[in-house]
Amino acid sequence: MTSPIPKSVTPASPVDRSLLYPSPYKEFWHAFSRNKGAVMGLAFMCLVVFCALFAPWVAPHDPSEQYRDFLLTPPVWLEGGTWQFILGTDELGRDLLSRLIQGARLSLLIGLSSVVMSLIPGILLGLLAGFFPHLLGPSIMRLMDVMLALPSLLLAVAIVAILGPGLINTVIAIAIVSLPSYVRLTRAAVMGELNRDYVTAARLAGAGLPRLMFVTVLPNCMAPLIVQATLSFSSAILDAAALGFLGLGVQPPTPEWGTMLASARDYIERAWWVVSLPGLTILLSVLAINLMGDGLRDALDPKLKNAA
Amino acid sequence: MLSFIARRLGLLIPTFFGITLLTFALIRLIPGDPVEVMMGERRVDPEMHAQAMERLGLNKPLPVQYLDYVGKLAQGDLGESLRTRESVWTEFLTLFPATLELSFAALLFAGTVGLLAGVIAALKRGSLFDHGVMGISLAGYSMPIFWWGLILIMFFSVSLGWTPVSGRIDLLYDIEPKTGFMLIDTLLSDEEGAFKDAVMHLILPAIVLGTIPLAVIARMTRSSMLEVLREDYIRTARAKGLSPARVVFVHGLRNALIPVLTVFGLQVGTLLAGAVLTETIFSWPGVGKWLIEAIGARDYPVVQNGILLIACLVILVNFVVDILYGLANPRIRHQR
Repeated sequence: MTSPIPKSVTPASPVDRSLLYPSPYKEFWHAFSRNKGAVMGLAFMCLVVFCALFAPWVAPHDPSEQYRDFLLTPPVWLEGGTWQFILGTDELGRDLLSRLIQGARLSLLIGLSSVVMSLIPGILLGLLAGFFPHLLGPSIMRLMDVMLALPSLLLAVAIVAILGPGLINTVIAIAIVSLPSYVRLTRAAVMGELNRDYVTAARLAGAGLPRLMFVTVLPNCMAPLIVQATLSFSSAILDAAALGFLGLGVQPPTPEWGTMLASARDYIERAWWVVSLPGLTILLSVLAINLMGDGLRDALDPKLKNAA
Repeated sequence: MLSFIARRLGLLIPTFFGITLLTFALIRLIPGDPVEVMMGERRVDPEMHAQAMERLGLNKPLPVQYLDYVGKLAQGDLGESLRTRESVWTEFLTLFPATLELSFAALLFAGTVGLLAGVIAALKRGSLFDHGVMGISLAGYSMPIFWWGLILIMFFSVSLGWTPVSGRIDLLYDIEPKTGFMLIDTLLSDEEGAFKDAVMHLILPAIVLGTIPLAVIARMTRSSMLEVLREDYIRTARAKGLSPARVVFVHGLRNALIPVLTVFGLQVGTLLAGAVLTETIFSWPGVGKWLIEAIGARDYPVVQNGILLIACLVILVNFVVDILYGLANPRIRHQR
């Protein structure tokens, strides 16, 4: 049956680069960069991350310094604006741009830590649910169903009602809320992989349960999880801002975007910039992350392309 | 079909008990002494403390407390609000129509605009309109709706003065709450201009609440429609000489609607969560605002059972959507 494979006739050097199988990173970038929106989202997020990392050096002012002579100064392009405060000041005379930059730090921190805090237990529970489909699996899934029955923001509100408002409790609440989707995704992916030949082969070769779980199966389930992580990063930012806006999240005077909006509400008739700019920042960041998520999905998981 | 419904109902029972466990735990997980928390003062007189513990049943073992709780729920006793001394169930019933009215209006807006935009985008795939719809719906999907509400108020209410800023109806009108739905009540009352006023109050909140469902429905309709339009029966219908409108709306949309229906159902959760924010912004006297105020006032019976009621509502709606889905699609019905 086996025919001899003809030896390659191309000379060993010089190699024609275009004939080589592309490296996975290159292939990924090729697929990702075809999506213009995703690249734009990535560029915007790079800017936000840069601002967040170097906030004390990028921000023109201290975000909590109150310039009493400049209450509600409009942005520079409006009448009465000054270059000292490019995006204007808020009701206490604090520089809006500096507060937004500082707020990027908080939002990214909340997003990142809540994603990590739900991704790890979510993967563990999902693996367990997938590997033990008889007793443990269904009970885990029922528990997740209960959590899914509550709208995510309401569940987060309930959790914060128990734990009390604050930065860390916001992160915990959002992490708990986004747990079910990771568990479900991991379980579904694991169940799909478990019937494959390579898993049977690993089993026959004597791989133990931990090895099967983490080394054999898990790496093949990562694509949808990465996409989900991006999407829940953006919804974490939104939920944190919503909690802050309801007065249940990060407390003032910390410059969190949602909290800033809540205190700006009273100035809606006099100073549009204190209301518009924090929200616009939230919208653009979330949009950028969602665009990136779309690109990631196209690049990593072509099956899902038409799913959403 | 009956066995399908029975199977789905069977799945509901553990979920329901899980939720009662969650709301039961909610009140006990609050750090600190529950009586002190409920009375809102520290160092309560020991005798009164013991009495309160007795009255609330907090001195019994936890499993007994849980059974008591479920037993009371089964009798429809949801406790009473600490602030108003009114039963939670009555308060919920008076406020819920406002939330329902708002949600219906939001879904109506999201459904009509979303379906239309999705269908046209699918028909004109790759056109400027298509790209526009997709771009706008992605932005809508990423929208912090509490901010969106503020922006709309700023523009339409404050700058243009077209719509009122908050509430359900102007204080000038004295409307008797017959059904709890302001639109119906104003129609039933003989006050002139009241109905128009109620509509004007409803427009902005409905748009705000409908924004995310609108984005989701538009995207879903487009992709589902694109898939259906590739099917053979569409080609057959075209070849038969049917008018394009008939092909699109009768043969196409009807089949494309099935996944959209599910999305509609899934949006109920989003709507109720959004209602919390929307009602807070527009001072809309509904369930969401009630819940947030209860949390602020540490009115725990309201928080506990309000959350329970909303969770049950979401489960119920998802159940109905499941059944409808089964009716529309036999493949789902017979799946094990």
